[in-house]
Amino acid sequence: MLNVYNILETIRMIQDECLDIRTTTMGISLLDCIDTDIDRACEKVYEKIVTRAERLVPVGQQIEKEYGIPIINKRISVTPIAMLAAACPGKSPVKFAKALQRAADTCGVNFIGGYSALVHKGFSAGDEALIRSIPEALDVTENICSSVNIGSTKSGINMDAVKLMGEIVRATAERTADRDCIGAAKLVVFCNAVEDNPFMAGAFHGVGEPDCEIHVGVSGPGVVRSALQKYPDASINELADIIKKTAFKITRMGQLVGARASDLLGVPFGIVDLSLAPTPAVGDSVAHILEEMGLEMCGTHGTTACLAMLNDAVKKGGVMASSTVGGLSGAFIPVSEDAGMIDAAAAGVLSIEKLEAMTAVCSVGLDMIVVPGDITPETISAIIADEAAIGMVNTKTTAVRLIPAVGKKEGDTLEFGGLLGSGPVMSVRNESPAKFINRGGRIPAPMHSLKN
Amino acid sequence: MRAVVTVIGKDNVGILHKVSGICAGLGANVIEVTQSVLQDMFAMIMLVDITGMSEDFAVLVDRMNALGTELGLSIHTMHEDIFNSMHNV
Repeated sequence: MLNVYNILETIRMIQDECLDIRTTTMGISLLDCIDTDIDRACEKVYEKIVTRAERLVPVGQQIEKEYGIPIINKRISVTPIAMLAAACPGKSPVKFAKALQRAADTCGVNFIGGYSALVHKGFSAGDEALIRSIPEALDVTENICSSVNIGSTKSGINMDAVKLMGEIVRATAERTADRDCIGAAKLVVFCNAVEDNPFMAGAFHGVGEPDCEIHVGVSGPGVVRSALQKYPDASINELADIIKKTAFKITRMGQLVGARASDLLGVPFGIVDLSLAPTPAVGDSVAHILEEMGLEMCGTHGTTACLAMLNDAVKKGGVMASSTVGGLSGAFIPVSEDAGMIDAAAAGVLSIEKLEAMTAVCSVGLDMIVVPGDITPETISAIIADEAAIGMVNTKTTAVRLIPAVGKKEGDTLEFGGLLGSGPVMSVRNESPAKFINRGGRIPAPMHSLKN
Repeated sequence: MRAVVTVIGKDNVGILHKVSGICAGLGANVIEVTQSVLQDMFAMIMLVDITGMSEDFAVLVDRMNALGTELGLSIHTMHEDIFNSMHNV
């Protein structure tokens, strides 16, 4: 039964509190495009994507109109390209990146994710060649995202891959130094990567997924903050309840849009990713939610506890609202994409060490963090190893998306524009972890009894 | 199938007439209207049946948006499903 209060609440959420569908992402399997002739494989990839995703953008626009809810991004995730590159030894996988870029242009999507390799236990054919081609691929394309999974709870951490990724992250930033190092903003290093993530830059279409499906990623930090604002004297468990109710409403909207998109496109509905994904826009910040809970500034003592509660409540509310929750589901804390985080980092209150602690209790990891231009590949590798260890031991997904600001130092800022925002250069430790990183090998998988 | 049209803005002569005129022109039947004018602020919520519409629902949305721009009002036209799914378990 419709009532006036509910109608006005929905409209206020959309109009004043930045409620939106962050992304509808179509997952497309490219396993049937594998070919030993790389040019033929690229042509198959292009054809399959543009055929499957031909109506993705118009259908998104139709749903926006029907429900009056903005759908910010229309995207595509594909099978990790390393699996296709494996069939073409000696050929540069960058050809695949260019084919994906052509497909992105034709379909009108703003990102295709899946220039990826899964090497958590070791490199198979195609993996190393693909990883080494990432700097060039992200330099010569605009809308392609790359990710590499270097560890998992079940297999441990591949330290050879960690060492390599330190070099690759640095090289990617250097190749795009003239464009505020934007290449590194499109590259994520994962531990426990998920196969159905609709969010960039880490989206890829796992091999266990169906041939084609549609995922939805919701957002809504502004809505949660406004809901909390109305109860300045509530206890923490009352706040948790308010967050749960709000997350329920947000997720229901995602479920509705996903079901409708699946219906119109004639492809199965994958998952709703019930994440609080911030943007640099005013009133769309996760940091401001934490501050609303009673912290003077995000990053101070108490931040981890507030974030743990927020993340858990979002999941509890969201799970009730959708039968198919998946992806990364939780609160995102990308520094450059969150107005409150940017302020806290610029003020020196939010440090990388604190962010690392926060990632132990929330979704994803060290995300969109700008580090000094003179950072060594070994230090980048060591940051990746630390973050992967948190994911591995806690059986959760963690990720690292660092942007070495080539030619800049602490106090400077990188401007990416749009949803990627801008980030102040944050300080890192200068003492070298090189000996540890250069040892190579694998950190064994952790045991899951005797928990202490 | 029903849709909800909300109109908020400065009161003026003939708002209800113009909004319902668009609905009638497209074969959308007005089922329920709740309206109030507080000081000079006009607020109206209208429930319309869109089952027998002669054109796509998108045409109704476009025409309402155009009217909103013309009269300087905030007009939202949304399928009722969004409210039902958000506010009911």
